[in-house]
Amino acid sequence: MAEWEGIYTIWFREAKRYVRYRSRILSSVVTPLLWLLIFGTGLGSAIRFGNVAGGYKAFIFPGIIGQTILFTAIFSGVSVIMDRQYGFLKEIMVAPVSRPSIVFGKALGIGTAAIIQGVILLLLSFVVGVHMTPVIFIASFLLMIPISVGLGGVGLLIAIFTDSMEGFNLIMSFIVLPMFLLSGALFPVTGLPSFLQVAVYLDPLTYGVDALRQVILGYGALPLYVSTIVVVGFALLTITLSATLFSKKEQNLM
Amino acid sequence: MNVNEKNLFEGAIMDYIIETHDISKTYGDFTAVDKINLKIPRNSVYGVLGPNGAGKTTLISMLCTILHPSSGSATVNGYDVMKNSKEVRKSIGVVFQSRALDDILTGREHLEMHAALYGVPNELRKERIEEVLNLIALGDKADEFTKTYSGGMKRRLEIGRGLIHHPKILFLDEPTLGLDPQTRENIWEYIQELNQKEDITVLMSTHYMEEADKLCDEVAIINRGHIITSDSPKNLKRELKADIITMKVDDQEKFIKEAEKLDFIKNIMTVDSEIKMMVESGENLVATLVNFANKNNIIVNSIELEHPNLEDVFINYTGTRIIEGAK
Repeated sequence: MAEWEGIYTIWFREAKRYVRYRSRILSSVVTPLLWLLIFGTGLGSAIRFGNVAGGYKAFIFPGIIGQTILFTAIFSGVSVIMDRQYGFLKEIMVAPVSRPSIVFGKALGIGTAAIIQGVILLLLSFVVGVHMTPVIFIASFLLMIPISVGLGGVGLLIAIFTDSMEGFNLIMSFIVLPMFLLSGALFPVTGLPSFLQVAVYLDPLTYGVDALRQVILGYGALPLYVSTIVVVGFALLTITLSATLFSKKEQNLM
Repeated sequence: MNVNEKNLFEGAIMDYIIETHDISKTYGDFTAVDKINLKIPRNSVYGVLGPNGAGKTTLISMLCTILHPSSGSATVNGYDVMKNSKEVRKSIGVVFQSRALDDILTGREHLEMHAALYGVPNELRKERIEEVLNLIALGDKADEFTKTYSGGMKRRLEIGRGLIHHPKILFLDEPTLGLDPQTRENIWEYIQELNQKEDITVLMSTHYMEEADKLCDEVAIINRGHIITSDSPKNLKRELKADIITMKVDDQEKFIKEAEKLDFIKNIMTVDSEIKMMVESGENLVATLVNFANKNNIIVNSIELEHPNLEDVFINYTGTRIIEGAK
């Protein structure tokens, strides 16, 4: 019982923080819109892109949702580093709450923030001419849960191994951007040179984007059940891993 | 009320709420805490006094379970810090040396969050939070974000937060570090009141002598990971046997000649036009010296008694001043 309370409390704080940083919410809505409207329209006019309704803009729409979730989740996960620097982590660590509960609470909080971002984008689907139905909306929403939690887990793992925000640029260049670019958010993942093909399929976000594309646009590179299993499996893996490491490395987190 | 009186009232033999046995913490070659043995009486205010880098924070971190000892053991409220860390955490409130607040939560939210994390029953929470808010006197600021708080308010909030779950022991790591003298005095009063009103033991670390002297029933002086000595501040100072009595008399030469025969004076000297005498337990001797002067027809113009402070105790044991002691 007490552990649930702990998870809830940590989730609640995370959610409050998210809602209170209005500038962050605003910028994380504007950034994907810029991608869709400028990059999507620009490149869409320069290339002939299949027979997809809505063209290239519509094609990258699920990819940009994936990107938004990726950025929100990783940066929220990395906020643990800030908690550590500002000392607030100690207050949580010295409470009679188990380490895994702290990680679950955090991951759920991160997931919540990322899902809110994703939902805002889903509601803006008309901008790129994607037809949205209640079924598509609910199915996308459900898919976003494991995608957000899994990427939040990546953020937490990064935070466990990084002790200051100085490593932030490294995280951007070596983790976040490659994950985004390799995910097939901006181009179809079929028919690529084989070295790139391998890299693409090693990127967990590929499966999230592909599943979202299946649900929203009705086509993708992999069967929906395969990408869903990978996405859920990845979420379970990163959360279990960060809960274990968090407990193990708690000494280094102070 | 001092420790002995309290225990007399309780009719109990000495009862220790924290005990450590050769507790140590090493980082590679560096020993931060070296086989420390502490016994902290229940309901006392116990001070760990020492320069920066002496190992105070490391010691407290081990007792509040966020650092594992490299060797040795400790019990807090009867629970082993390694084996029963959850029970230990439930028994204690901790105020860390560095701030541990979230700048975009309000004071009240910090208290609510803490109450939930420590499993304070729902029906009690409101009452406890009000109780603490009254105590720490945040006033209207309770519902503002903590980034708008002054240093003293932040500290009071942190201390109040540590009390929400009615801990048996409150750890305060350098509670007044970086605060202005006025706020420091307020926090001192607050800690004293708390200790008198509540059934609570306070373990605090500090490098301010004055603080330890004023607040603590007992003090352990620590330097380079070792406990140098521990006792009540009063006894520690008395052990130095170095009260100084300064006198001004009309006939200095005669007084000194006569006074040299007194065996309670360990040293006598003249500084400018004053006579300085090193004695033990000076408060009992002031009257004696005045009477002695009168008997010898010497007129006393002034007499003054100075006690040594804890700084002198520290210097006596380590040969350095506490501020420089770290290196």
